[in-house]
Amino acid sequence: MDITELTLSELSAKLQSGELTSRAATEAYLARIEAKDAKINTYLTLCKDEALAAADAADVRLKAGTDITPLTGVPIALKDIFCTDGIRTTCASKILDNFIPPYDSTVAKKFKDAGAVMLGKLNMDEFAMGSSNENSAYGAVLNPWDTERVPGGSSGGSAAAVAAALCAASIGTDTGGSIRQPASLCGIVGMKPTYGRVSRYGMIAFASSLDQAGPLTRSVEDAAILLQTMAGHDPLDSTSIDAPVPDYSKTLKDGIKGLRIGIPKEYFVEGLAPEVETSIKAAVETYKGAGAEIVEVTLPHTEYAVGVYYLVATAEASSNLARFDGVKYGLRVDEGTGLLDMYKATRDKGFGAEVKRRIMLGTYSLSSGYYDAYYMKASQVRTLIRRDFDEAFKDCDIILTPTTPSAAFKKGEKTNDPLTMYLSDIFTISCNLAGIPGISIPCGITSNNLPIGLQLLAPSLEEAKLFRAAYAFEAATDWHTKKPKL
Amino acid sequence: MTKFETVIGLEIHAQLKTNSKLFCACPTVFGQKPNTQVCPICLGMPGVLPVINEKAISYGVQMALAIGCKINARSIFARKNYFYPDLPKGYQISQFDEPFSEHGEINIETKGRGKRTIGVTRVHMEDDAGKLQHGESPEDLNSSFVDLNRTGMPLIEIVSEPDMRSADEAVAYFKAMRDIILYLGICDGNMQEGSLRCDANVSIRPVGQEKLGTKAELKNMNSFKFIKDAINFEVARQTDLIESGGAVIQETRLFDPASGVTRPMRTKEEAHDYRYFPEPDLLPLLIPDEMVEKLRTELPELPQAKRDRFITDYKLPAYDAGVLTASQDLAAYYEDSVKLFDDPKTVSNWIMGELLRLLKESSKDLSDSLVTPEKLAELLALIKDGKISGKIAKEVFEEIFTSGKDASAIVKAKGISQISDAGELEAIINKIVADNQDSVERYRTGKTKLMGFFVGETMKATKGRANPGLVSKMLKEKLA
Ligand SMILES: [Zn+2]
Repeated sequence: MDITELTLSELSAKLQSGELTSRAATEAYLARIEAKDAKINTYLTLCKDEALAAADAADVRLKAGTDITPLTGVPIALKDIFCTDGIRTTCASKILDNFIPPYDSTVAKKFKDAGAVMLGKLNMDEFAMGSSNENSAYGAVLNPWDTERVPGGSSGGSAAAVAAALCAASIGTDTGGSIRQPASLCGIVGMKPTYGRVSRYGMIAFASSLDQAGPLTRSVEDAAILLQTMAGHDPLDSTSIDAPVPDYSKTLKDGIKGLRIGIPKEYFVEGLAPEVETSIKAAVETYKGAGAEIVEVTLPHTEYAVGVYYLVATAEASSNLARFDGVKYGLRVDEGTGLLDMYKATRDKGFGAEVKRRIMLGTYSLSSGYYDAYYMKASQVRTLIRRDFDEAFKDCDIILTPTTPSAAFKKGEKTNDPLTMYLSDIFTISCNLAGIPGISIPCGITSNNLPIGLQLLAPSLEEAKLFRAAYAFEAATDWHTKKPKL
Repeated sequence: MTKFETVIGLEIHAQLKTNSKLFCACPTVFGQKPNTQVCPICLGMPGVLPVINEKAISYGVQMALAIGCKINARSIFARKNYFYPDLPKGYQISQFDEPFSEHGEINIETKGRGKRTIGVTRVHMEDDAGKLQHGESPEDLNSSFVDLNRTGMPLIEIVSEPDMRSADEAVAYFKAMRDIILYLGICDGNMQEGSLRCDANVSIRPVGQEKLGTKAELKNMNSFKFIKDAINFEVARQTDLIESGGAVIQETRLFDPASGVTRPMRTKEEAHDYRYFPEPDLLPLLIPDEMVEKLRTELPELPQAKRDRFITDYKLPAYDAGVLTASQDLAAYYEDSVKLFDDPKTVSNWIMGELLRLLKESSKDLSDSLVTPEKLAELLALIKDGKISGKIAKEVFEEIFTSGKDASAIVKAKGISQISDAGELEAIINKIVADNQDSVERYRTGKTKLMGFFVGETMKATKGRANPGLVSKMLKEKLA
């Protein structure tokens, strides 16, 4: 048995039955990382000693049978956007190259408290800005299905590491599709919870009103287990929702008889790759077969989503990234004379091109004289997009769309054309603007052996329903069992 | 020649006396070692988030209610973006177009314009920045240090309408606001330590003109005197400028107390586009009606109401009422004393004349004073009953002030009780009359002013203990 091929829930069962130890599982993953990661560049920081120590501690508890959670002893990894106490956290940026936080993000702390083993910190697009993971200051992540291709972004490292079995599961963040899009491109499950369902404390901010942490896993059940651990109100995050967290595993397998699935016509447009369209249509048939009722819905403001997103997200980012100024932590480039020179040199050397581009866009849209036309208008249209979903969910329980317009694209293919790159998030962005939960699950393989993803969206706080719908598809198909040969 | 009118608006910043900072749990004690009252949140470390301090909201609402503001049930925090080393997040969390309160006013007494109402545009909440210290490294005098202890302290900003017409009015307004703030107990009011500060927007315009002139914003005035000096300098500067054919430009100017002039801040620091936008890390601030009403009932009697009541209830002159209500402690001291000695004006005289003088001379606080209302009342009763003279009473008061002894005990120990026994005075007066026959003759021929001489001699002979009323009465009889 290759331990690294097990899903998280399978591994968890074997750890608890005593068939496996956490040390064995952790060593298996560390060995595989050592052997394979050079090909795809997913780990920025490997926490070998800490992981083995955590594994041994978990084994003690597993043996004693006390203080056990489904994650006790399970080796996972975090996107390098989550601050980890005493462990370097870079956000894949030179400006935080030497940054060691003196605090844990709430997400990191919850996994630590649940007894999970953290293998290390995963590569990503710098400050989560990108759709291909080519914007990392530490080199691009490559897609384990085809190393000529991108894994998607910005949680590209998190998706590729799960697809390549370099961790049992990982945690990413999703601002405009940054979990779902790479999950789709890497053939795994990626889930973005309702905005506020998971605390953002200690998660380095890109666009505060859109950022949300979520799991990337090899099965829907694994995603449900991880969200169960992450979700809940956090007194350290005023925007986290104070609502009870249902037991997601309990209703996971309840089936979807009578579930109304809405298909928004606006998502089947020019530019959608024919193979993707075919897979999605097949998925709709699968759902019909499983007892769902299919209805057509409309989301009329979809065409504005990308524009709204790139105004709101960049505006917030321009402000969120102001703190990286060389004064307190991280990189300081002390060139020239005086404060202004230090600011300029630090930010010039510290930030990559895409980050600078977005800071400039955001600064511009907030500037006096432009605010009304850009940021404020975008906020207004955002409200319309949210209303679109409110209306659509009157006629259906779940909305089904493709996750991305195409399968994984080639490295370098879109880097010279930011606008084309921005359009790879066209189907995932609205979900963040509306604050609703979404999941991407594998639903096909292209003729050149690349995974295709299916996106499901649900109303706010209806994660249980989302998992149930996703699980029904997984149970009826075997796309999730397809693995890349790395 | 054109006559000009001065137009002034003030922006007052008051640091709220909460135990912890506005968005984190750090303590707010002043004067600690640099960067010891900080945490990842107020240091603006990556990924941290603000959580609002509820106490700060109550304090802010109380202030707004005290000056008649409308409380907005829903208000929005906004980010004010600019780069500076004392601002670790790169933005201040403030309120912009939707503050928590608006449209208040207070009344002030002016010289020449009578009682005026000064409008308050808004009160909003924000976090403070840290402090820079320049050139304090012995190795490098060009070095700068950042102290972030003050970063994140809760502030309210009270913005006035441009309703003041002179430096004196601006100071009167600021003083009235300070009194209210101190009565509410929401800020320590310390201007030297910067817990209470103000900026002034100053412009001039030809008398009769409606349109406001171009304003200069004055900063760095940490005393009432500096506010007055800075505004007066600025008005003179603008007047000279316009009269000599120039024009005022809109700018921020710093007051230099040493030279008494205002100077423009470097334009680089001033050319800010703050790029305000709603703070996405905080939910809209909701202040429910019940909370507002509860805080309204908890408001103390405010300085102006107290002053008015002292004038009506105790029939005090406005001046006395003003002095006695300068602080809540003093006003309470006064009222406690009047309860024990029912002569409001006499009590007022003694507090204003003796108590405040001695407190000032000894740099003591009222709370340190040994003269309790009970002791004061006892002393005043001794005077009233003719047991001691007013003059002696002042000495006794000083002794109570230093020793805390009871008035009667002091009087007894020193043998300085008043002589109100006609028999005892008779012999003394007879001797004085006998020894000064010349003066007696002159008195009898009409020089009645000599009565003062005889009283004085009697007081001298009794070491001031003789009852002055009785002495006059007896002398009049003897000399008749
Ligand atoms: Zn703090």
